[in-house]
Amino acid sequence: MAVTLMQGNEAVGWGALAAGCRFYAGYPITPSSEIAEMLSRELPKYGGKFIQMEDEIASLAACIGASVGGLKAMTATSGPGFSLMQEHIGYAAMTEVPCVVVSVQRLGPSTGQPTSPSQGDVMQARWGTHGDHPIIALYPNSVPKAFELTVTAFNLAEKYRTPVILLMDEVIAHMRERFEVPPFESLTVIDRMGTNVPPEWYKPYGDTIGDVPPMPSFGSGYRYHITGLFHDVMGYPTQRLDEINPLVERMQRKINNHLDDILLFEEENAEEANTVIIAYGATARSARHAMRLARNHRHNIGLMTLYTIWPFPEEAVLRIGRAARRVIVPEMNLGQLALEVERVVGRHKVVRVNRADGEMVSPQMILQAIEGR
Amino acid sequence: MTKDEHSAYTYLRATKKFPNIWCSGCGIGIVMGALIRAIDRMGLDKNEVALVSGIGCSGRMPVYMDFNTMHTTHGRALAFATGLKLAKPGLKVIVIMGDGDALAIGGNHFIHAARRNIDLTAIVINNEIYGMTGGQYSPTTPLEMRATTAPYGHVEPPFPICELAIAAGATFVARSTVYHAVELDKFIEQAIRKVGFSLVEAVSYCHTTFGRLNKMGTAVEMMRQLKEMSVSLSAAEKLMPEERSLKIVRGVLHDIDKPDYSTLYDRVIERAKASVTGKEYLRAGPGGLE
Repeated sequence: MAVTLMQGNEAVGWGALAAGCRFYAGYPITPSSEIAEMLSRELPKYGGKFIQMEDEIASLAACIGASVGGLKAMTATSGPGFSLMQEHIGYAAMTEVPCVVVSVQRLGPSTGQPTSPSQGDVMQARWGTHGDHPIIALYPNSVPKAFELTVTAFNLAEKYRTPVILLMDEVIAHMRERFEVPPFESLTVIDRMGTNVPPEWYKPYGDTIGDVPPMPSFGSGYRYHITGLFHDVMGYPTQRLDEINPLVERMQRKINNHLDDILLFEEENAEEANTVIIAYGATARSARHAMRLARNHRHNIGLMTLYTIWPFPEEAVLRIGRAARRVIVPEMNLGQLALEVERVVGRHKVVRVNRADGEMVSPQMILQAIEGR
Repeated sequence: MTKDEHSAYTYLRATKKFPNIWCSGCGIGIVMGALIRAIDRMGLDKNEVALVSGIGCSGRMPVYMDFNTMHTTHGRALAFATGLKLAKPGLKVIVIMGDGDALAIGGNHFIHAARRNIDLTAIVINNEIYGMTGGQYSPTTPLEMRATTAPYGHVEPPFPICELAIAAGATFVARSTVYHAVELDKFIEQAIRKVGFSLVEAVSYCHTTFGRLNKMGTAVEMMRQLKEMSVSLSAAEKLMPEERSLKIVRGVLHDIDKPDYSTLYDRVIERAKASVTGKEYLRAGPGGLE
């Protein structure tokens, strides 16, 4: 394929194929539908399967079922559908079944503005499902990054046996940028760990080195039980505290002990700046422009662009927050990730720049905050 | 009979602590026995059978059995099973649900799985009540009956499970009761053999909640009522419509042949592959074409 002008949604589709995704189940919703359309066309060429389900609840259920059957699986949706998927994000987290959930956000709450951008699902991605659970959420800010982070999302899902959420802005999803899909073999693709122990020795939820037990697929000769109930190392339901607590701890540990691998971000002039902007998605592009304009006016401004928003890159933000006098957090919502930044660096240092009306945060809005107007 | 001679032990999980969670006298264990007999008679490899269930008393069935087993979320078992079956078409995927599970919270998934004609075997154990949560009315609770959420008598008409499945597109539909255990395992075997969406309604009872609230007596008495209230399909045909409507009609109610979803989707894969022009395309992706 030559260099093309490609949409963010399309790039997500190619990223999925490149990562080895062979199953997609979804339900139509603006502004994510191009992902489904693209994969309904491309997946069967690779011997993969596409199915349009009756709703978003069923879509993620089918993905989890397919993943248990050994296929890498993905679904894509937007705010209202993402709300419906929360039930099974929790199930995937509890049962440790790898899957990728894309939410191309739109202005909410409720039906909101289906074609307008928003960063309103940031907290839903973290806490949308009930109970304490680990989660990974990635956030691209361009079309090439949408491709790259989709591959990363699959790699992390498979490596850590966890649902991974890819949050996208509508403006990234529908924007066209210059992009060439790289040859698939040039990419690093990670598959889930299998096992070769005798079936009677296999423990589907055992306390493994690295905290991620191997996961053979159903039908491979390893017969085991999967349940959303708290379970022992064999996967059988349990109410014993000495079995529940180790599971709770291992599930947290398998993510928290691998933050170096999971946390992705970029810094520009961030170490030495008086004022640092911390941004993600399309807003990070406005922030970058604002930073350039401000530096032309001799303001000492830095930028930290987050690609992993969950787990929150606490250490890196703390390091930057300590050095800087001020941290500006622009968001297309009324202040969601700003809550995390404030928690880490302290409220007195944080300046929020927000809008939640379906329009982007402009560089001028951020510039005004820089200049203290 | 010793443990080794009894075929059921081959299919139970020795490491899972018995007894099971069901009340003494419950009909669910009879359905489990019927399922094991059907699988045993067919000589299926345990590795090639997957049991998927939802939430409720019936949802607990798979954990006791030594297959690939998955206890999913309330009402969604068929959606999980759909993904599993498409990923592993060689697996015999059997879905075990209760009436509230399959028809209230899972009603949408039920009709769409039937419409798509996914090659699954659905077993709905119908006890006309939510047993695990304490006896609230379900979509199959008959009119005028009492439930903990219908203390003055139920005012909603029940869903006819089998008729719903037939209308939605199922290829095989049968009904029996937990009193007719031998007939039940025969129907389950036929359902597993059928390629396409097949449904077996196993009419059971809940003496602990439904029976107590409606003064229907012990498990034994409720079992007797199942025997007396049910009639075979051939006998039912001789009854007047009013008489028939009061009976549980047992038998194979529907059995047709049509291509299942996977067979049709394989054609999609063929057509899609035929549309590929670049030789390197599939191995390397579009970026590897030049």
